[in-house]
Parts: sequence; structure tokens; C-alpha cells
Amino acid sequence: MRSEKINRVPLGLKIAAAAGLAFMHLPILLIFLYAFTTEEKTYQFPPPGLTTQWFAVAWNRPDVWAALTLSVKVAAIATAAALVLGTLCAAAVSQTRFFGRETVSLLIILPIALPGIITGIALRSAFSIADIPFSFWTIVLGHATFCIVVVYNNAVARFRRISGSLVEASMDLGADGFQTFRYVILPNIGTALLAGGMLAFALSFDEVIVTTFTAGQQSTLPIWMLEELIRPRQRPVTNVVAMIVVIVTFLPILGAYYLTRDGDQIAGAGK
Amino acid sequence: MTTAVLFDNVSRHFGAVRAVDRVNLSIAEGEFFAMLGPSGSGKTTCLRLMAGFEQPTAGHIEIFGETAEGVPPYRRSVNTVFQDYALFPHLSILDNVAYGLMVKGIGREERRKAAEDALAMVKLPSYGARRPGQLSGGQRQRVALARALVNKPKVLLLDEPLGALDLKLREQMQEELKSLQKSLGITFVFVTHDQGEALSMADRIAVFNEGRIQQLGRPEDVYNRPTTRFVADFVGSSNVLSAKLCQRLGLKTASASLRPESVAIAPAADGALSLSGVVAGRSFLGATNRIVVDVDGNRIAVASPAAQSVPAMGTPVTISFAARDLHPMEDA
Repeated sequence: MRSEKINRVPLGLKIAAAAGLAFMHLPILLIFLYAFTTEEKTYQFPPPGLTTQWFAVAWNRPDVWAALTLSVKVAAIATAAALVLGTLCAAAVSQTRFFGRETVSLLIILPIALPGIITGIALRSAFSIADIPFSFWTIVLGHATFCIVVVYNNAVARFRRISGSLVEASMDLGADGFQTFRYVILPNIGTALLAGGMLAFALSFDEVIVTTFTAGQQSTLPIWMLEELIRPRQRPVTNVVAMIVVIVTFLPILGAYYLTRDGDQIAGAGK
Repeated sequence: MTTAVLFDNVSRHFGAVRAVDRVNLSIAEGEFFAMLGPSGSGKTTCLRLMAGFEQPTAGHIEIFGETAEGVPPYRRSVNTVFQDYALFPHLSILDNVAYGLMVKGIGREERRKAAEDALAMVKLPSYGARRPGQLSGGQRQRVALARALVNKPKVLLLDEPLGALDLKLREQMQEELKSLQKSLGITFVFVTHDQGEALSMADRIAVFNEGRIQQLGRPEDVYNRPTTRFVADFVGSSNVLSAKLCQRLGLKTASASLRPESVAIAPAADGALSLSGVVAGRSFLGATNRIVVDVDGNRIAVASPAAQSVPAMGTPVTISFAARDLHPMEDA
């Protein structure tokens, strides 16, 4: 049945689909290719020669390490804050009824629907009005605004699938609020939180726009790369770093995809 | 006799909705008590008030002599079998059953033993390793029962536990629940909208409508002598005779109830009452035929044994019944 279905797809559509995918992914492969080029100043095609020396060069550059550490730190803290706040929001919105619930739900999602530049400008003016100096923490705050959304969206979908009577059953059997959270809610939303957390980390890790508005002198990895492209110095180093960013962000997203897919089966099993 | 559950003028209002309105009831220890009524009649809210998921707006609740208001569900010696069973999907059957013991801090070995005994009691001894998703509806129902009973509750609350089962399984579970209740001696409070279920299982029935108890009594009394029109209609569809007909039959009440199975299509024997009318409807119900006779605009249903011949539509007939089967009612 299944193979029949595939064979009925016209050739033209297949070619169009392949072309579309190639258009999106070939440039990424080019980035990978230029990480190995021997030409330092320009993107000459084909590359005059191939070398792995840029990996060593990148490894020994302190500015790469500073940017990378900053990005990891920001992403980790923003994700941690988002996990706590996003889960609490999702629990409140999905498990209780209160005045203005739909509005609150919309307001939480808004930061990801708004263009990043709006969030960035808004935060920047808010920080200057409140006289908060730009620092590591202002970047974390900026990133947390959209990280919460990702965690919230994942958690709220899972919370909605948990039958309300599960919580009541747990209480009925003698578990207090904390025990119910620990033994019933957390195991049921765990994979959703992991997936949400991974996505949030990946989003924060390559965020440029909000960061530009909320960072002081620090540059996160994406900002550093942007600066490198403008003032080329050992250009292939940027490509090496880009390659690492692709891998670092791609792995968690892949993981999140598999986790939520399995989670559907686990959570649906009781129904 | 100890009182297991006491409701003293209990009300639960949700805004303007009076889900439970000044309910008084007293359930004895070891009793199998049914709360019967249509959906929205307040029976489930009463159960949730006993479990502690709802707090009364007014009135007083006692469970075994202890005030229940303000006591959270996890500190009450009652357990609930939920309508949708509410088994924890992420835990094995054994862990589901042992959950109540686990949160109370009872040792692993002891609670495993208790959970296995409880599963054996509901005839699922070798199912401990499975997940709720791998069980049929009837099996999940038994697990929910074992999970509640393993905690040795003083009162077991059952919220339409047989609602999702097919007819055959439901009849079997009714018998099992009844014998389980007798052997354990635990007070069962059972919520249902199925009058047959309530009649066959309960020691006493409270019939609910619009947040109030319409009638409370033994199944025989509720069935044979409904005191309100609602009970007459809801429990086994009694005929309700209008004031005019009552007068003609020599009764002074505003209305009276008459069971379809108490009526025969035959001329009156000695001492029996009779009415004449025409056949206005007939349907075959298996063991009986339901024949509707129109008596001067009053439609009276007659349950006639299937073996008897069914008169054709429009045939003039005489229906008769014993005077003692006619029960006067309070309201019109």
C-alpha cells in the first residue's frame, strides 16, 4: 500500500521537492567545505586546496573560547529559568480555570510571535529607563523571554493530555501536593520538558537579534561570527566555528524530536 | 450501628448553580449505598464532597464521626474508584496498586506483597508487570478497585465504575462488587445513573434530582412506592395517574404511581380496579411486550408477558390492577 502511494507521485513534484531541499541544505554543506579550504581571504570556488589546520587555529584562539563559553552559559541559565517558569505557567493555565486565563496564555506566547527586533528594542529601552547596566544577566533575561515560550508550549500540550483525574487519584491515594508532582506529574511531563529545554537551549545558543540589543561589551558566539564576517581574519576559522554551532544545535533538536515522538506513545498508552 | 458518612444540610453551589442543595443523609457502616440520578443531579458532587475534592458551601459533613470540612483528600480514610479509572499510565499495574502504600512510606517488600494480594482479590494475579495501556476496560476497572482497596479505606467511593463496560461484563461486575463488599464489610458508596444497577446492588438508594434527594429508601420501596413524580418516572418508568383518574378510582391524592408490570389487559377480577381505553402503541422488548393504552387522554403503559397475544392498534381493551399496586404520591 505504502509503496504504491509513493510511486503515484509525479516526477515533476519529486524534482521540485529535491530542488527545494537542495536549495536549503547545499549552502550549509558549502560552509562545511570552506572550513577545510587553504584560501584565507576569499570564498574562492572550488577551494584551491584542503587542510584541517583551521581546527587547530580555532582551538588556540582565546576569543573563540570566550564567545563559546558565554553562549553556553547564557543558554544554560536562560533554559534553566525557562524550565521552572514555563512549567509553572503551563500547569496554571492547563490545570485551573481563572479569570483572564486565555489572555495570560496569549501573553506568554507573544514574545516568540513578535519579531525579535521588537523584543530587543523593548528590552533595551526598558533596561535604560530602569538604569540597568547591560551585562551577562541582561542577555540571559532577553533569551529567557523566548525560551519560556518553547518550554511552555511543550509542557502545556502534555499537561492537557494528563487527565485531571490522575492528580485527584494521587491525592485520593494519600499523596500530598509535592508527592503528586514528584511521582505522577513529573514522570508524565518529563520528556516534554526535556524536549522543550533542548529547543530552548538551541534557540538561545544561536540568537542574534535580541542579543545585539541586550548585550554590553560581551559577544556571544553568533555575534562573534557576525563580527568575523565583517572584518575577515583567518576566515575559515569562522566556518569551523559555524560547523560546530550547527552540530551543537542540531543534536539537541534531533533529540527533542525523538523524545516527543516517543512521549506521544507513552502518554497515550493509558487512554 | 456506627454512622459512616453523615451529611447535615450540605450545599455546594457553583456560582448560581446549586449542584447540591441542602442534602441530608446518613450512611451506616458496612452499607452498600447507591446515589442514583440523571447527569447533573448532584450525585457525583456529593461523592466528591465525601472524597474531599469539593468543599461544601454550607452544612456539615462527618466521616466516622470526624468533621470532614477542610480535610484534604490525602488525609481522609476514604478511597475512590474513578469513572475513567485514572490509572497512572507511566507505572506498572503492580506499582499502580502499591501507589497508596508507597506514598505512605511502607517498605518495598511489604507493599509488593499487599499489592499482589489485592490483585489476586480482583482476579488479576499475574498482571502486575503490565502497563495500564495493555489491559482491557474491565481489567483496568479491577485494577482501579484493587488500588483503592489495598489502602483498607473505611469508605470506598465508586463513581459510575461500570459505566464504560459492556452489558455482560457489567452484570458480572455487579455481582462481584456485591460479594466483595459483603466479604470485606467496607462501606460502599456508589454513584450511578443506571437504575437497574442501583436496584440490584444497593442496600439503600438515594434518588437525586436537581441537587436534592427526592427519595431515600430500600430498593423495593423506591421502586414500588415512589413518592414523587420524578422518582416514579426515573426509576423504572412508572405510570403516573392524573388527579382526575385518581378521583375516578377513589383516591384523594393529586397523583398516583402504577407499575407497568402490575397492570394486566384483562377484565377486573374480585376487588381489582379497572379502566377502559384503546391500544395506542405496542413495542416488543424481549421478555415482555410494552403496550400503551390510552384512557381518556392518559397514556398508561402495560408490561404484558411476551407469551400473551398483543391486541391490534385501536382495539378497545380493559386494563385491571390490584388496589394495593396503586401508590399515592406527594406531588402532582
